[in-house]
Amino acid sequence: MNPAFSVIFLTTLIGAGQGLFLALYVIEVRVATGLLAAPSAGYYWVGSAIALLLLAAGLLASFFHLGHPERAWRAAAKWRTSWLSREVLVLPAFMAAVAAYGWAHWQGMASATLVLGGAGVVLCLGLFLCTAMIYACIRFLQEWATPLTFVNFTLLGSASGVTLAAALAGYRGEAMVDVVGAWAIALTVAGLITRAAALWRNARLKPVSSLQTAIGIKHPRIVQKAQGFTGGSFNTREFFHGRGPGTLRNVKWVFLISAFVAPVALIAAGLAAQAPLPLVTAFAVQIFGLMAERWFFFAQANHPQNLYYQAVS
Amino acid sequence: MTQLALVIDLNVCVGCHACVTSCKEWNTSGAAGFMSDDNPYDRDPTGTFFNRVQTFEVGEYPDTQTVHFPKSCLHCEDPPCVPVCPTGASYKRPEDGIVLVDYDKCIGCKYCSWACPYGVREIDEHQKVMKKCTLCVDRIYDAKLPEAERKPACVLACPTNARLYGDIHDSESVVSKAIRENAGYALMPEWGTQPANHYLPRRKTEMRIHEDELDRAANPLKIDGRLPKPGVKDPSLDDVTSW
Repeated sequence: MNPAFSVIFLTTLIGAGQGLFLALYVIEVRVATGLLAAPSAGYYWVGSAIALLLLAAGLLASFFHLGHPERAWRAAAKWRTSWLSREVLVLPAFMAAVAAYGWAHWQGMASATLVLGGAGVVLCLGLFLCTAMIYACIRFLQEWATPLTFVNFTLLGSASGVTLAAALAGYRGEAMVDVVGAWAIALTVAGLITRAAALWRNARLKPVSSLQTAIGIKHPRIVQKAQGFTGGSFNTREFFHGRGPGTLRNVKWVFLISAFVAPVALIAAGLAAQAPLPLVTAFAVQIFGLMAERWFFFAQANHPQNLYYQAVS
Repeated sequence: MTQLALVIDLNVCVGCHACVTSCKEWNTSGAAGFMSDDNPYDRDPTGTFFNRVQTFEVGEYPDTQTVHFPKSCLHCEDPPCVPVCPTGASYKRPEDGIVLVDYDKCIGCKYCSWACPYGVREIDEHQKVMKKCTLCVDRIYDAKLPEAERKPACVLACPTNARLYGDIHDSESVVSKAIRENAGYALMPEWGTQPANHYLPRRKTEMRIHEDELDRAANPLKIDGRLPKPGVKDPSLDDVTSW
């Protein structure tokens, strides 16, 4: 596929927003059960505001993907069959939950925050599911059609969000920064393992479709001589990234280092030095790395329609 | 149930692109608006098409076959592009099985084109909506046209009659008979989309003559010599061999 930056920004930014909110809620639950030192009161609502900002930025980016953004409201119609439609419903609902959660903290409504946050967690996990299933449900895009797509979207989004939660805690000088930083490292390492599993799986995929099944002729040697037109078309633009295998390999190493290795090192350095700057840098590097990861995710998917477009003439 | 479809005979298609141009001509002039082009007479021309003819070479020289392969929407009976559409703009008509796009509802998210393994949906780069073959839905029901012309433009344009049109759920239709009697097949059956359009394979016209067909095995008129006469009392098969 040809990666679209609107979708790359959407999936990475809302992933980070979701992860940040999950971190806030887990911190609050652990504080409530006496397992964690309580952060200052502002931590929750500032965190919620940042999460909301990331979600809104992702939502804004998604509009650039549409040919007719003024009709976007129509996308709520087919939630019974379409994961995209479900995402369109769940994302604003989750944003409302985050806004309510942050507002309740701002107002100091301690009794409401745990309930509102609980609803937010359900919506948050539902949003991860919707976003991932948009890709995983297309069965002939074999690189995507795996439960690992959901696992990776969830873990990578959570990892970047928790890194941001640690950066925020470090910046505000909260006492529990060590614990949140450790969570961020654990989630990043877990994300590396599952993303590596997806890379391993996809490197060994056998394409189900071939030129033989595409045109229905049983012969081992079929060569395309003409695709029906000399200039490009939607088919030649949308479904191939147009770069060589070297670019793909380079992007893979870039994201493996900048989304996983570098953030872990920076978080560890930040925790050891008790300084906020490495933590903030860790988040910046990680979100850039995850954008590269998402670019690779799209570029690696080989659409079977490309079988029909292998030679101009 | 009706499922309108095309059956394309690869044995007859000569790759003249008449179906491509007639499709573009009819559908760019229709009520649904033009199919936009960029640089049509310049370098790197590009544009929206519902139908393309591609060419494949099968085999190794000198044993090669050139196969011209027209490709348009297959109007799948289980179309993967329809359920993914978030707005319901992409839909399959229950009355005749045609898969259509409501251009007024389409938001141009391109998700349906990702969900089509055949690559037959194209975004119109200027109107920003997804477009595809309509099976000339504005033609085939037009009562103002003579009965014989109520067919898709590509079918009428084909000079070799390689494109057949009809209801594949009617076992006596021309398309059902063609599929049944000439080994019609569907593209990429592995994805379970059940394409309504079918293709008829290339076939060699051969005349088989066996050794015994060169001699007259049966000799009813006794031209090649007389058979030994059976006796009068012997059982006989028919009037010719008995007296």
